[in-house]
Amino acid sequence: MKFGVLRFPGSCDERDAALAAAKVGESEILWHQDREIPGDVDAIIVPGGFSYGDYLRVGAIARFSPIMAAVERFARTGGPVLGICNGFQVLCEAGLLPGALLPNTSLRFLCRQVELDVVSTETAWTRACDPGERLSVPVKHTTGRYYAPEPVLEEMEAHGQIVLRYASGYNPNGSVADIAGVANAAGNVVGLMPHPEHAVDPLTGSVDGLKLFASVAVPVPA
Amino acid sequence: MRARVLIRPKAGILDPQGQTVERALPALGFDGVTNVHVGRLVELDVEDPSRLPEMCEALLANPLIEDYEIESPAGHPATQSEPNSRHPGDRDRSAPGVGQ
Repeated sequence: MKFGVLRFPGSCDERDAALAAAKVGESEILWHQDREIPGDVDAIIVPGGFSYGDYLRVGAIARFSPIMAAVERFARTGGPVLGICNGFQVLCEAGLLPGALLPNTSLRFLCRQVELDVVSTETAWTRACDPGERLSVPVKHTTGRYYAPEPVLEEMEAHGQIVLRYASGYNPNGSVADIAGVANAAGNVVGLMPHPEHAVDPLTGSVDGLKLFASVAVPVPA
Repeated sequence: MRARVLIRPKAGILDPQGQTVERALPALGFDGVTNVHVGRLVELDVEDPSRLPEMCEALLANPLIEDYEIESPAGHPATQSEPNSRHPGDRDRSAPGVGQ
């Protein structure tokens, strides 16, 4: 199992993501100017940070980088892709995930541990979780308020595309319906604002984040 | 040709910047101000203004969350995304996620 972790100018969590992924497999950093994903890469992580300075809108420029065209092809053929924080924003801008991320209602940068409820275990990145399982993972962002129009939300709900919700009382940013993470209809692309890669060592208080990386390594049930 | 693109949060989407400004003005003695929205302005020189809507859809705005309005110099008609989507008192304070 090999994870490819993207690096854009302005990424800052790609090392942590690669280290976290290395706990369940191998990992390799992929440069944003690359046009192909190496053939031995089984899963892609779009990490957190401030890609291309987040100029204009968060994630708006990164989606046009050469590597993203390869990620789109990889995703459309069923390859597992995980977007964390800025990576989630990039995947939304790229149209690989529904919705968008807006500034926190507080308009402030938030950095805190939150509790998440696993809503769907039918995705490539949550298969190793139990339905309703509670995960403790940190968030750190200014633009994390998930939004999708009501008809889109209904469709997502019907197709099990709401993957993670902030547990009651933990919604830090005003996200609609307490949504912390979503999937595409096929379940191979997942994005979330919290940082599972920062919750993989007991020293930092929680190892719950490992579940997401371990999920892609679990053999798909026939 | 010089053009300006005005980009603002879509009607019905909570706009905390607008709300903050709306609350700040009466505190400074400016009463009677409502329905404040804060957006951004992109000014650009463009050879072919007919491509501006395309530029807005692809990059300058995110049509899911933002409306845009293209201001061209006198003589050129202005273009607007979904012209009927905004009206006074449009802010939906009961939208889910408000008040977190």
